[in-house]
Amino acid sequence: MHLGFLTIYWRDMLRYYRFKTLLVSSLVQPALWMAFFGIAMSSNFDRFTSALPPIPGVPSVNYLTFMAAGVIAMTTLFTSLFGGMSLLFDKNWGLMREIFASPLPRNHIIFGIGLSGMTKAFIQSIIIMVFGILIGAQFFFGYSATKTILAVLGILLFVAVFSLGFLFLSATIAISLESPEGMQGIMTLLTMPIFFASNALYPIEAFPPALQALSMVNPLTYLVTGIRYFAIGDSFQAIGVHYTYTPLQIGLAFLFLIAFAAVMFGMAWWRFRKAVVT
Amino acid sequence: MSEPIISVRDLYHRYGDFTAVDGIQFEVMEGEIFSFLGPNGAGKSTAINVLITLLPLQEGSATVAGYDVAEDPQKVRESIGIVFQDVTLDRDMTCREILEFHGNLYGMPNAERKQRIDDLLALVQLEHKQDSLTKQLSGGMKRRLEIARGLMTRPRVLFLDEPTIGLDPQTRMRMWEYIKAVNKEGTTIFLTTHYMDEADNLSDRISIIDKGKIIATGTAAELKNTLGEDLIYLETSDMPGTRAILSAMEMVKEVSQKSKGLVAMLDGDGSKILPRIIEALAAGGIRVAVVNLKKPSMDDVFVHYTGRELRDEGSEKPSTAITRAGRR
Repeated sequence: MHLGFLTIYWRDMLRYYRFKTLLVSSLVQPALWMAFFGIAMSSNFDRFTSALPPIPGVPSVNYLTFMAAGVIAMTTLFTSLFGGMSLLFDKNWGLMREIFASPLPRNHIIFGIGLSGMTKAFIQSIIIMVFGILIGAQFFFGYSATKTILAVLGILLFVAVFSLGFLFLSATIAISLESPEGMQGIMTLLTMPIFFASNALYPIEAFPPALQALSMVNPLTYLVTGIRYFAIGDSFQAIGVHYTYTPLQIGLAFLFLIAFAAVMFGMAWWRFRKAVVT
Repeated sequence: MSEPIISVRDLYHRYGDFTAVDGIQFEVMEGEIFSFLGPNGAGKSTAINVLITLLPLQEGSATVAGYDVAEDPQKVRESIGIVFQDVTLDRDMTCREILEFHGNLYGMPNAERKQRIDDLLALVQLEHKQDSLTKQLSGGMKRRLEIARGLMTRPRVLFLDEPTIGLDPQTRMRMWEYIKAVNKEGTTIFLTTHYMDEADNLSDRISIIDKGKIIATGTAAELKNTLGEDLIYLETSDMPGTRAILSAMEMVKEVSQKSKGLVAMLDGDGSKILPRIIEALAAGGIRVAVVNLKKPSMDDVFVHYTGRELRDEGSEKPSTAITRAGRR
């Protein structure tokens, strides 16, 4: 088996590590989200929801726990969408010509970038989990050690597939565009609806039908669902809504993410095969 | 006898309506240094990009190292090394990392890769810089590193696209030495340049390319000899009369018009012919204002074939001194 994608992976991680500001900001940013947005919002939301009658017999989690899953998902989304940016820089000013003129099959470029972006998403997710628990998120509450490890692996599995999907999308955009500014614009345009038309920060049950339909085809919704299932459990209440997940639902959510990633890979491959860099 | 290692037939390449490469045909022999000489925009880079498989082959055929660029691009890629026109180094990687990355792209085994990196860093004298980031290197060092990178996989042909563009004269000379040394080791070199002196000093054979067409091919000496042994530049009081007298002389091969004077290509030793020309002109009552005798340079060759000057900052100076005849 050709391991050329590891070369692309190695180099992208090398840059990640070498740009200290990039490294530090990518690690601190999700923690800041938790610290400021999380604490500010939960102090408000918890005040409202304490007025609601609790559903009897269903364990209740605070807002910080609820939104921590959303912050993991959001961070993964942002990191992955921007993960292809380095390809654009390489195409315009860097090593893309060297890579394209080498015998390395082009799908390895996509795999390599996907793998490094996934690694970054893993690191950030773990930081958010640890930091979240430190400031009061009730993740893995009452889990045994084995169950905690399995739950973390489950979360990372969802994060992996989701991040690959958006990294492939990012790579597609990067190889098709000329200017970093243009890519920045598209990214900003994409992140807004994906992030807010989802269950990351609030329940979608109260959405108007159109927004609800949008959120149901939004990969971010399925990632958040997966994270909550593994981190909180299959039956809990938050913000007055009772969440129950069956293994079938979770399996389907995972399949949805796999299908999304597969389609995005197909698109990236098509663009890369057609791409001419001189 | 050596074999052609690059063979190109009826190659065309178009960008929309614009024909960048207009039916070129040439062969590069194994072991030689071959140059494409032409102005910016002549189609040199387009041609090279087709040969190195970065651009698709549109029309015609091309083989490199025995492989067809359209049928077998993968084999072509494995057989060649490339130094691109613009610097393509990651500013935030060290010299060693740049070479590691390249070796890995080509799937070189670990031990071989490490050894090769050591050898090449020594060849281009960058051992002391191996752990420096490339953004800390001078322009010449970056170019040397790129040459080392191009040689990593022991290519049969090394493509150099404008290898000394933007370098100072001293650094350019050193680059030429490196390129010659690499060629001596047995690597065929294909280079494009718009510097006359580069083509002249470095290449075994040169193709002059202009507006997508090859207009002359040969060794530097052959190309210059088509212009005769010596050139005389004249400005006189009666230009049409001068032209008539010169054209009638049998040792004058050809006369061409410049903006202010005439250039005569001579079929013999200019230092002996010049006095006879001046005598003949004096006999015709024509006063000579300016005379310049020189050996044909690549610039003259280029002007001869294209009818245009190739304006470039690095071209060689006329090899003979300018003599001014007295104004009576």
